[in-house]
Order: sequence, then structure tokens, then C-alpha cells
Amino acid sequence: MGEKILMKGNEALAEGAIRAGCRFFSGYPITPQNEVPEYMSWRLPDEGGTFIQAESEVAAINMIYGAAATGIRAMTSSSSPGISLKQEGISYCAGADLPFFYANVVRGGPGLGNIAAAQGDYNQSVRGGGHGDYRVIVMAPNSVDEMGNFPKLCFELAEKYRMPAMVLADGILGQMMEPIEFKFERVDPAKLPAKDWALGNSAGRAKRVVKSYDLREGELEKINLRRMAAYRKIEQDEVRFEAKNCEGADLVVVAYGTSSRIAAGAIKLARDKGLKVGLFRPITLWPFPKKQLAGLAGKAKKLLVVEMSMGQFVDDVRLAVNGAIAVDLYARPAGIPSAEEVMAEIEKACQGIKAAPAATAAAPKQRGRPKGSKNKKTKAKRTVRKRAARKQAKRGRKGGRR
Amino acid sequence: MPEIKVDEKLCKGCELCTTACPKQCIAMSDQFSVTGYYPAKLAKQDCCTGCGLCAQICPDLAITVFK
Amino acid sequence: MQQVNKWPSGLVNKPLRYCPGCGHGIVHRIVGECLEELGIRERTVGIAPVGCSVFADEYFNCDMIQGPHGRGPAIATGIKRSKPECIVFSYQGDGDLASIGMAETVHSAARSENITVIFINNAIYGMTGGQMAPTTLIGQQASTCPRGRTVQANGYPIRVCELLAQLEGARYLERTSTHTAAHVIKAKKAIRQAFQNQIDGKGFSLVEVLSICPTNWGLTPLQSLKFVTEKMMPMYPLGVFRTPDAAAGAATEGGAA
Repeated sequence: MGEKILMKGNEALAEGAIRAGCRFFSGYPITPQNEVPEYMSWRLPDEGGTFIQAESEVAAINMIYGAAATGIRAMTSSSSPGISLKQEGISYCAGADLPFFYANVVRGGPGLGNIAAAQGDYNQSVRGGGHGDYRVIVMAPNSVDEMGNFPKLCFELAEKYRMPAMVLADGILGQMMEPIEFKFERVDPAKLPAKDWALGNSAGRAKRVVKSYDLREGELEKINLRRMAAYRKIEQDEVRFEAKNCEGADLVVVAYGTSSRIAAGAIKLARDKGLKVGLFRPITLWPFPKKQLAGLAGKAKKLLVVEMSMGQFVDDVRLAVNGAIAVDLYARPAGIPSAEEVMAEIEKACQGIKAAPAATAAAPKQRGRPKGSKNKKTKAKRTVRKRAARKQAKRGRKGGRR
Repeated sequence: MPEIKVDEKLCKGCELCTTACPKQCIAMSDQFSVTGYYPAKLAKQDCCTGCGLCAQICPDLAITVFK
Repeated sequence: MQQVNKWPSGLVNKPLRYCPGCGHGIVHRIVGECLEELGIRERTVGIAPVGCSVFADEYFNCDMIQGPHGRGPAIATGIKRSKPECIVFSYQGDGDLASIGMAETVHSAARSENITVIFINNAIYGMTGGQMAPTTLIGQQASTCPRGRTVQANGYPIRVCELLAQLEGARYLERTSTHTAAHVIKAKKAIRQAFQNQIDGKGFSLVEVLSICPTNWGLTPLQSLKFVTEKMMPMYPLGVFRTPDAAAGAATEGGAA
């Protein structure tokens, strides 16, 4: 804790997971996440943990399924095509209420795509990803620092709600080097509370079963409804975001991960030119900061979504504001915009605001009061959340009404 | 005398035990069990040696052997 | 008079719901007895597959996990490496182990994971309704080869023990059967050995058990026993194919005439 070191994003992710108590990793090579298994392969045995290079992503995720069932903090990582292969196993983990942590260091797609950074796996991540009705907690870092600090948060949330939690990164975040400070005490796995569902030594207790099926009439729905209630609670309590210069902004750029970093650079250029532009960055993509985004509607005049995909993330933004504010999209599917290109989009969007000063510029006709204008609390809550990992526990409860 | 007891709630009438019995002591009942099968039964008196082979092949753990 | 046999503590005391004559019940009992006799029940974790024996998680009286189709050995790897003090077994059918899960089977054997795999070979998909399995015999009818399996259309059945015997990591491989009481007793000896190997840290053990599926073979249980000796055993000879001490064994019974 405390010390700043220079690390590559993928290595920070691995080291962060180990410091968070991860003692089992299984994975399969795929670019651009190879540093994660490579790092784990020498580092985990030193900590008394297990590293396995599996024969496939399918085997890797099923090793996780088994390991997680024993209660150990288990992790896997991959990149887009590999994550697709893991989806069946992730669905089983969700269906068996098993906590584990995984990371998708996203590359260009579809198919084999390329190995550059992209955000095309947004929908796959925030909608569960595999078959059946479930969610996973999705955290989107935008720095090496967050790459290293989010795994602990993911393990804790995963165990608290008994479900998978993931980091959605990309090739840039995985490959770049930055200073990082691990902002938490090392977790000693032996000191974690025993899990009353974990498999292993059954002496003196009834046998336990980990499974995702229930063929009894009506029972599966009951389980899913219980899970749904947990998801509603997560949507209330675990939303994390960062809002910067949104107060008094005409235009708020909405972006996550690498896009948000590029957008931040562009916003600086724009503000230097006197444009009133802010940045809203969801840190949790599921649960999505719907209410906080809706709160922007009565204040800013327009939102500009910047995403490195065709328009996946923008759907959630539009659902959140529900037509109360115009939402422009700058989409770069498997492309990486420069700050100047985003700046040009910002200028274009701002011109739109001047031409049609009402908040309805490109939005469907507004009915009634804008949703956000009712919410007086939003202003006070619009905190800058740069240090999410450090203050997570407190902030987790700021979601408010829904 | 050694004997077997067939649990009629467990027996599904597959007849495998009849092939296992070295002395052909086991036959199938002509009465339906509660589960709807013709269960196995010890058909001959003073025949069973208590060897337990029928219980070895019984897939339903329906046979208890006494010796 | 004394009671000779009893319900093993390794098996939950409830009726098995498999079809009449189904071999799963026999192998379930054997495994349940091994857990009791070896004194490992309270530290054993079993893996139920996808297929008829998906319900194995209800029957075995130890901690159980049910996993995706074919992935038993990968799940077992995750459990065993996380809790080496546990005894871990994967119970699988032929579609699960030799078709969709072949990669996991081969690689867990190659890694010589210290686990026990129980492989039920009945040459057919049971739960889904009698489709062709990787072990379905040439000429054998199945609902996806209704005129019988042909080499031209479907290729050859897979002999799992012989295939795995090529791997140094596969430490114990034996093919057994359940078509007579004597064979059942032999099968139990093999399964017990496979658990003992794990207790002794010997590495990957797999016992293949030829088993009848009267329902999907369209035969009576008694006809099914004949099918094992006449059709299955020529293709799948019984015997020990590998032991931890000696490299490769040879078939001792059956085999093509």
C-alpha cells in the first residue's frame, strides 16, 4: 500500500487480483491479454496459489467453475473471442451462484477481428453474455491504476452477491504502462470468512450441491426471481461513476474506459476554447448509472456519447435519459479516435446546441417535465469519483432511489 | 436358511437378478408392485445360498441378502 | 441369519430414477460403497455430468457439483488443485466424455490430474433420446442414424481406454463391464483401485464401464446383456490398459475375433 510503481495494465490487473487474495488462475493465451496469464504463471505459485494453462478457454472457465465452488478466490482472463467461448461456463457460475472474477481485455471484432483496442463487447458484458437470464457486475477501468485496484472490488462484490464480476478493459489499457498505487491492504485468503456453500470437507454437516439446474415445476422461476431481486438491490447500491465539469456544462460527453480518457483530452481542448463541456464516465457498466445520467437532462443541453463500437453503449445512455435530452453518438467500431477527432465532434455537437438551444435538439419530442429536473439530490451527489477503489464502500450506497 | 428380500418399492422388474442367480431361485412376480412393475421374488424354497450375486447386479439396490 | 449387504453410506437412501435395467444404478452403488469402504465420503467431491446421470448430484452422499456438458475433468481439476486434500471424481457418459468433452478428457489425462474418472459407455445418448454416440457401434441403430451407423456417414467408434493409453499421464486405465454379477465385482475392484490411486497420489485414473441402455437400444434388459457380450465386447475388449506401475497392459477378455 502507498507505494507508486510503474506497471503494465495487464500486469497490474494480475498483481491486483493476487493482492486481493486470488489463489487460482486458469486461462488460455490470446492477445492482447497474454501478460495476465504470464504474470500469474510465475507469481501465483510464489503465493501458494495455482496457475493452470488450460487446453482451451472452455476448459479454463470450467476449472474456474470447480475452483470457485470450493470457495477459493478464482480468476480467469481472456480477450473477446476467448470470452465468447467462456460464456457457457460464466452462465453456469451465474446459475450456480458462484462468485469469481474475470477480465476481458477487449480486441477488435467480430470474429478474429484484430488485436487493437475496441469496445465491441459492451453488449455481451452488460447483458450477462451467455445463455439464460443473468447479470454480471461489470467494472470499466480507464487507467492502469484502476486496472490494479478493481480486482479487489470485483472479488468483494462477487462474494457479497454470489455472482461473477468482471473488468471490461481493452488492448490499450492492458498494454500501456503507468504509475499505480495499490490502495488496499493485501488480502490474506486464510483470513477470509468461510463460505457456507463451499464444497470440500463435509464432515459434520449435510452434503452440499452446486448446480444451476432445477427441473421441479416452478422452482427455476423462484430462483431467478430471487436473483432478480438481488440484481435490483445491486442497481440501487453499487453504481459507480465519475462526473467531471458537468455542472454548468452545455454538453456532457459520456464515455467509459479508453474512450473516456480520449474524451477527457478532447474536453480539455474544448474547455481551452471556452466551450462548456463536461465528462460523465460510468465506472460500473452494470449496474449502469441510469439515475445519474438522467439527472443531467435538466442541466446540460446535450449529451455526446463517444464509444469504440457501433452504438452499443449509447443504447443504455438513451434508455437512461429516456428522450429527456438529445444524445449524439460518435462511434468508432474497432477504431481508436484521437483527442482532436473527438474535439471536432464536440464542436459539431456544440454548434447544434446554438442552432437549437432547447434541450430537445435531436431528441424525440419531450413530454412533461424532463425526468432529471425533479431530482434535487442529483446535484449534491454528482461527485468526482476518481478514487473509486479507495472509497468504494461508502460510495456504493449512493445510488439513491430508482 | 439364507434368503433375499426384494424391496418392491425399489424393484423395477428388469429381471437382471434372474440371470445372476446361480441356482435360478428368483422369478418375477405376477402381481404389479405399487410402482407398476412386476417385481422379482424368491420363487423357490430352500434354494437361496445367500451368495449375493443378485444384489451385485441389481441396478436399484432393491435386494437385501441374508445368510 | 445375518444381513450380507446394505445400502452404502456413500449413496443417499432414496430410489434411483433410472430406467429398468439401466447400468447407472449398479455403478452408483459401487461408487457409493467405495466412498464408504475407503473412508473418504466426507472429503469427496463428485461431479455430475450432463446426460441421464445429471441426477447423480442427488444420489451420491458427498458434496456434489453439476457442470457443463463434457467438462467434468476440467471442473475436477479446479476442485482438486484448490483443495488437494479432497477426493474428486467425475462421473460421465460416453457423449459427455468422448464427444463434447474429449479435449478435457485427453488433457486432464495428459496433465495426470490426480482425479478419478468413471466413464459409463453404453454406446448411445440416453437422456436426449437415443442419438448416436461416439461409441455407437458400426451397424447399431440410433435416432440420428436410424439405418444403423455407417463408416461412410459416421466414421468409426472411439475406444477411449486405448486412445488414452498413449498418454504418459494416464496412470490407470481399465475397461470393465456390468453384464454379469462377476463382471460387476470386477468393475468394483477397478473403481476402488481408481479411488485408491488418487488417495495415493498416483495421478489420473479412469475406469470405463460397459453398461446397458435397454430403453434406447430398444431391447429388453435381458436382450441387452447379450448385446454387451455379442456386440460391444468385440469392439470394446475388457482389461487393464495402464497401471501406475506398468506402462501398458493388454486386453484380457473380448476383442475382435
